[in-house]
Amino acid sequence: MPSRRLLYLAPLAVFAVIAVAAAFYLQSGRDPRLLPSALIDKPAPAFSAPGLEHDGRIVRQGVDSASFEGRITVLNFFASWCTPCLVEHPQITALSKTPGVTLVGINYKDKPAEAANWLARHGNPYARIGVDPAGEIAPEFGLYGVPETFLIDRAGRIRFKQVGPITKQVLEQTILPAIETLKK
Amino acid sequence: MRRYAAPILLALFLALAAPIPSAPAIGPGEALKDAKLEDRARDIGRQLRCLVCQNQSIDDSDAPLARDLRRLVRKRLTAGDDDRQVIAYIHARYGDFVLLRPPVDERTWLLWFGPALALLVALAFLLWRLRRPRPAAPADSLSPEAAARADALLGDRGDEP
Repeated sequence: MPSRRLLYLAPLAVFAVIAVAAAFYLQSGRDPRLLPSALIDKPAPAFSAPGLEHDGRIVRQGVDSASFEGRITVLNFFASWCTPCLVEHPQITALSKTPGVTLVGINYKDKPAEAANWLARHGNPYARIGVDPAGEIAPEFGLYGVPETFLIDRAGRIRFKQVGPITKQVLEQTILPAIETLKK
Repeated sequence: MRRYAAPILLALFLALAAPIPSAPAIGPGEALKDAKLEDRARDIGRQLRCLVCQNQSIDDSDAPLARDLRRLVRKRLTAGDDDRQVIAYIHARYGDFVLLRPPVDERTWLLWFGPALALLVALAFLLWRLRRPRPAAPADSLSPEAAARADALLGDRGDEP
């Protein structure tokens, strides 16, 4: 009975369908590690971080979420112990020079002296720096680690989030165009 | 002595197979003074994924991020949130991935109901196969020639005791 023989091929056919679907999914270029960001288009969480102080001197004034209103803000979480932060530092510096954008930093789980030294050595592009020594502000922003960067619009809403270092490519292809859109 | 070997082995296997209660990762000074509130915090902690350790709850993990989230849970509870509000608060910030039990919505229907669906399909197939009339036994279907050949063969064997 040939029809019964064909039935034995059914599992193979099911497997083929699954394999083809998996192949399409893998070829689609979607990165399965990318997580949809929960805070996009939501108001930035309210917080107030004291400024970075070292040797009795204020390196930068602190950051208050109320200051996000009315301006385009780039909020960057960084730390002196974080190697990828050094990798993105040139791009962060470039962002600080972008007209119409305020760059503020949150110094995450760092020692003030080390943060101040790091900034002295590599340059301090931040208009303001708030400190989060215990990691209390970070989970309000859904932070996984440093560096992470948030683009906040004039209404104080988060419009873009970069997890991990901002590469030249991300800066030029994603962040700068996003800033241009927000300026309109 | 030997007759005790099996029960002893069995007891040993059961003891080894029993789930080892995981030591809570909570550090000194982390727990809330209010025991009831702390119980709720532990319970919530077991429902939230430690995002940087892939498959541990924040209650189980020693990772710094898990510790920070445990502290946030306790802060929200102390502020008067109920359990659902605490989980919603963290869900709003970290997305679905933070929930060890994914929400039931249109994106997760296949995840939640897929196994039941597969079982239903399999049962339907089984029923269909069982209820199908069996083909009549091919009792009288031997052609005369085949019957004669079979008789001849069986007749040969029939001589043996």
